[in-house]
Amino acid sequence: MFIVKFVFLHFVCLLQREREMALRNIMGKRVRIGLMGRRLLSTATCDVESGNSKSINLYSAINQALHVALETDPRAFVFGEDVSFGGVFRCTTGLADRFGKARVFNTPLCEQGIVGFGIGLAAMGNRAIAEIQFADYIYPAFDQIVNEAAKFRYRSGNQFNCGGLTIRAPYGAVGHGGHYHSQSPEAFFCHVPGIKVVIPRSPRQAKGLLLSCIRDPNPVVFFEPKWLYRLAVEEVPEHDYMLPLSEAEVIRQGSDITLVGWGAQLSIMEQACIEAEKDGISCELVDLKTLIPWDKETVEASVRKTGRVLISHEAPVTGGFGGEISASIVESCFLRLEAPVARVCGLDTPFPLVFEPFYMPTKNKILDAIKATVNY
Amino acid sequence: MALSQLLSSSSRSGNRLKSLSSAISLRHPISTDTTPITVETSVPFTSHQCEVPSRTVQTNAKELLTFFRDMALMRRMEIAADSLYKAKLIRGFCHLYDGQEAVAVGMEAAITKKDSIITAYRDHCTFIARGGTLLEVFAELMGRQAGCSRGKGGSMHFYKKDSNFYGGHGIVGAQVPLGCGLAFAQKYCKDEAVTFALYGDGAANQGQLFEALNISALWDLPAILVCENNHYGMGTAEWRAAKSPAYYKRGDYVPGLKVDGMDVLAVKQACTFAKEHALKNGPIILEMDTYRYHGHSMSDPGSTYRTRDEITGVRQERDPVERIRKLILSHDLATEKELKDTEKEVRKEVDDAIAQAKENPVPDSSELFTNVYAKGLGVESFGADRKEVRATLP
Repeated sequence: MFIVKFVFLHFVCLLQREREMALRNIMGKRVRIGLMGRRLLSTATCDVESGNSKSINLYSAINQALHVALETDPRAFVFGEDVSFGGVFRCTTGLADRFGKARVFNTPLCEQGIVGFGIGLAAMGNRAIAEIQFADYIYPAFDQIVNEAAKFRYRSGNQFNCGGLTIRAPYGAVGHGGHYHSQSPEAFFCHVPGIKVVIPRSPRQAKGLLLSCIRDPNPVVFFEPKWLYRLAVEEVPEHDYMLPLSEAEVIRQGSDITLVGWGAQLSIMEQACIEAEKDGISCELVDLKTLIPWDKETVEASVRKTGRVLISHEAPVTGGFGGEISASIVESCFLRLEAPVARVCGLDTPFPLVFEPFYMPTKNKILDAIKATVNY
Repeated sequence: MALSQLLSSSSRSGNRLKSLSSAISLRHPISTDTTPITVETSVPFTSHQCEVPSRTVQTNAKELLTFFRDMALMRRMEIAADSLYKAKLIRGFCHLYDGQEAVAVGMEAAITKKDSIITAYRDHCTFIARGGTLLEVFAELMGRQAGCSRGKGGSMHFYKKDSNFYGGHGIVGAQVPLGCGLAFAQKYCKDEAVTFALYGDGAANQGQLFEALNISALWDLPAILVCENNHYGMGTAEWRAAKSPAYYKRGDYVPGLKVDGMDVLAVKQACTFAKEHALKNGPIILEMDTYRYHGHSMSDPGSTYRTRDEITGVRQERDPVERIRKLILSHDLATEKELKDTEKEVRKEVDDAIAQAKENPVPDSSELFTNVYAKGLGVESFGADRKEVRATLP
């Protein structure tokens, strides 16, 4: 029975590979279809039981992605502070042993140097995967990212580019991080045309998105929600797969209000949605995934369906990326909106120490806002 | 001087008589003998582009016993912080200084409160040396109101304005340009004071350090950059992070001095020398060769990148508290029992402070909004989506 199933699945996977190749020919570029991503075949195929995916957590998924990236591209490098023994969050375990110290190496404590060095490496056609130990430390490298990485292709008239650069950084609150281990700096980078900002919500998403980011011909800043490193466990396919960038995903269907978020915040929003369901409010939850360039179509389509939108992120509300989404939605869907766009975000204070529970956009704050918006 | 402050503030609960009598019964009288004793530092100093201070140091019984008490207090405090962290009373990050006490104590002995000190996140003992109390330390670590930063800073952000202790910085290397700015202000105001900007061997590779060094040298600022070289930047050994681990030479055109950071008398001598130098000739780098017994922080066991033998070796050969103990005993300045009694007292002080700190309340939730901007402009947000903002004016 098992053998039959195995053979069947093997056959089906072969079919899928043929389809991939067909697509490749049509579209003229490499397109990989994730097993659970774009569903071209019926859902009964290539699933969990065959042993194709395993239940792992976020840091293991990222680790797998990095293993795949280095395996498939001999010119890929991983570097950063303490990556060689596995990194402070174990995302880079086993890489140095498997690929050698020439490709996986530690850098001294200098973020500006790390990113600048990565830009140079990428400019020569390599895939530079730089790790910034905590997103809170990315600011010395901010100049390099904004002034060098983002503008390299533009100012050289496409002669040079640093598309092979991917900067990975753990971001977000973790319960006890305090001022300098909990920040969400995504908004600063969303203001820079020339780079992409990608934030996964779960292990399966993380592996696919990270591989897409690494292979994307543009510099990408990839923020990983550190709270989910151990907490989030999911079935992740063991093979190489990529998830498309700049495509938002509707992860929960609804009809009364659209909730937009990314990263760890989505799990909080999902809890709020479940609670709101008990009060008869049907919520649609959208994961933005890529913050710039963001998928306006999907969000607008959802807002046109529901007429209400709520955005939630951990970063402080003023100047946060929620403002951009709000302004854009109002521009395009003004007449459809039934209520003002709600933003439930972090407060306008430095990320506090003992006051973290007050600062965070919690489930109750979101639930409150959902009800207020629906009853507007 | 640190002692009397410690005692008077740890019995803050009011009754002067009571505190005096308990002080008399508990406190072991420290010898006030000031006849000079001459001691040689453990190793001679090595210098880069400047003369070497003498290896012979003048000290006295009073000073040595004070050093012993202060370092024993710091040692006990850090170990107590370790247990509190494991008991989850301290949360977040906690970077312990045990092993490096000689740097804080020796530096303080060489300078006055008019001189400024600014350091990185391993600041508990530097704060105590600058006159902070144990209650303030433990309350801040546990995030309570009585903490030195009112519970809002935590382990990495201890400050003491009245003794010119500028903290307490989480971002590696960021405090060094600040320190040079302090030195600039001191020179401008003709304070005849200097600034000690402390950083670690990990931070020594930060670009902003060299920017600050260049500016200090250019403008002859009385800045003393002190590299507390404990040989490991978190988990990375110095030789793997730096092409030249001779941090005292990294200033190039700025003179430097290498000091045994586990010998409190050497540290004192070096800081005295550096202060004189800085006031006359501008910046100087001091490299303190020191060691930390704990890991980088409480989440680091400290044994994955170095052997236990190494740690015990340093503890046996170079421990700062033991060195002073041996010195005191060899010069017959106190008996072994007296020193043990001092340690017991110190332990009790620490325990009392912890008990007091545990009773202390957490800051009021309105404190979340205070001190974001100046003039106590508290801002509170209301409404379903927190859009309505109300500002409380003083």
